[in-house]
Amino acid sequence: MAGGCEDYWQETGVAGVPVRYCRCGAGSPVVILHHDIGCPDRAAFAEALSASHDVLMPVHPGFGLGSERAEWMRSVRDLAVLYRGLLAGLGIGRATLVGLGFGGWVAAEMASMAPADVDRLVLVGAMGLQPREGFILDQALVGYIDYAQAFFKEPAAFDAVYGREPTNDQLEAWDICREMCFRIAWKPYMYSQTLAPLLGSVTAPALVVHGADDGVVPADCAAQYAAALPDARLETVADCGHAVALERPEVLARLVQDFIGE
Amino acid sequence: MHLMYFTEQPMSTYPADKGLEFGATALMFSNRYFDPVDGSRLYNEFLEQYLYAEEVGIDGIMLNEHHNAPFCMQAKANIFAAILAGMTEKVKIVMLGNPLPLSENPVRLAEELAMIDMISKGRLVSGFVRGGGQEQLAAGVNPAYNRERFEEAHDLVVRAWTETGPFRFEGRHYQNRVVNPWAVPLQKPYPRVWVPGVISRETIVWAAEQRYPYIALNTSIADTKKIWQTYDDVALEAGYEAGPENRGYLIQVHVSDNEEKAIENARQFRWMQGEFTGLAHPVWSTPSGYSSPRNRRAFVEFAAGRRANPRGQTSFEQQMEDLRIIAGTPDTVVPKLRRILEETRPGILALWGNDGTVSQEDSMTCIRMIGTEVFPAIREIAKELDLKSPFEAEAPVSIRYSTDLKAPAAAAE
Repeated sequence: MAGGCEDYWQETGVAGVPVRYCRCGAGSPVVILHHDIGCPDRAAFAEALSASHDVLMPVHPGFGLGSERAEWMRSVRDLAVLYRGLLAGLGIGRATLVGLGFGGWVAAEMASMAPADVDRLVLVGAMGLQPREGFILDQALVGYIDYAQAFFKEPAAFDAVYGREPTNDQLEAWDICREMCFRIAWKPYMYSQTLAPLLGSVTAPALVVHGADDGVVPADCAAQYAAALPDARLETVADCGHAVALERPEVLARLVQDFIGE
Repeated sequence: MHLMYFTEQPMSTYPADKGLEFGATALMFSNRYFDPVDGSRLYNEFLEQYLYAEEVGIDGIMLNEHHNAPFCMQAKANIFAAILAGMTEKVKIVMLGNPLPLSENPVRLAEELAMIDMISKGRLVSGFVRGGGQEQLAAGVNPAYNRERFEEAHDLVVRAWTETGPFRFEGRHYQNRVVNPWAVPLQKPYPRVWVPGVISRETIVWAAEQRYPYIALNTSIADTKKIWQTYDDVALEAGYEAGPENRGYLIQVHVSDNEEKAIENARQFRWMQGEFTGLAHPVWSTPSGYSSPRNRRAFVEFAAGRRANPRGQTSFEQQMEDLRIIAGTPDTVVPKLRRILEETRPGILALWGNDGTVSQEDSMTCIRMIGTEVFPAIREIAKELDLKSPFEAEAPVSIRYSTDLKAPAAAAE
């Protein structure tokens, strides 16, 4: 990947909405679904995977500057169905799904609605299930920077991705992401009441990853995913917050590559 | 001219130091500091103020509601409206207003308002608002659909008031299998709807399209004029010429028999550090999706502490200078109000008489002087300036009931 993934941005229409995506690398297909705070330009984790896989990283429609939202979209399941359409349109029949945080919820929905089309399922700090203790951190109550900082254990790791003083464009992008989250995941906030029973249908082997210091999604969500998915393994990444792919990209890339290679 | 009295109903006995310590006096500032003994006393004092306002000849009582904050004790404006419907004889009960998007069943709201209208023998003015950002969070209502819910709930309420039931309503946010309320308004075609607001251009445009009077909430003279320009332009497009009967204005005015005391009490308009909706995190007052996308950049920069509040934040002295706060004896207050009337030409005027810790005695003095000295003078000025209220102008309730619409100017050319 000489030029990095950023050289591979394309766009296609799905359900009347333009969907931007980055596609790079060669090998078995891996779909990476990003966090609720958008898709950062610097995607070391995706680049690492693209060394051995055909990596597809779409930007959730309506998440960020220049990403047109689907006015009709009302649930995270709608987004998952849209992505099923994206994969079909690109001729990707069966793929490994890697969902990061909010994207983990999307991946879990995609896996449960079409179990035969999932090669491997990787959920990293996945939202989507109601924790039995505590709550998924509610961005409606905290500032933009505070929320994004809560994704990291180490402030330096946040700075490395977003800068010590995130730009005003970044703030605006976070507000747009936040609005889209509200549009599709307001109530109940960031979880589904109908996903858990459907996870039993997933046939693909699953890797459930959780940052040991995740301050956004309680560890119980990972425990529930690991218990509900029929063939799942739980891995905890030490010294890491919610955004494992951003704070420990090399560790996550190795975990995922090993898991896919098993 | 329709002349009203307004109070925010401040929960003035909360420990201010606790608010400062917590860093907020809204949404998440704990209600452990709400003392119901004080609350009971204050609610009854406010009721006493309203009854006195009628006694001294004030035309209307303006009511509102807010949630989770000491700046306003009314958690449901319809409750005070219902009390006043039964306890008063003449005053208009002017609700500015019911926050429509917070309602999960607007038909129930239509029923409550119809009851208030009937009990008051047709004295209801039923204003509607979007509700503040914090209200959406307090009520768990999606801020991203605020405006859609506002417009759709309005349509449902008006249909429930004007169409014979039963009928079915299938909206985007509201679906009602059987709309058939056995409570309909006394006033026909339906009670007057006035729409208050501060900065949202979309709301001004919507009000003008409906031909509903817009009530500018304590805006500066310059901003008020801009609001009327927007309103008037939309009105012409819609086929009517807007006038004083389409314009309302709320202003903070404290009247006393003593200039110094008036100014001292007027400082209470800036209680809670001048944040009249309380100290709060910007993302609470403007949750994502609540505000117009055109304000997005300004709000995110404000939220990150990188620019001043786009809603403006000025000192007490500057507000006095700008005539957004007026304080004094009737002799000094009336000429200042005259200037506002001359410059902005409203047909509806509400005086927000007191706030914060102003004593009940001083509040009652203020109401007495407004009713017996200030408003009689304002009525004379209004006659001289030909400022007619919607009632005096016999303005249609809405555009749908207008019989004087002209072809839009552009089309006529």
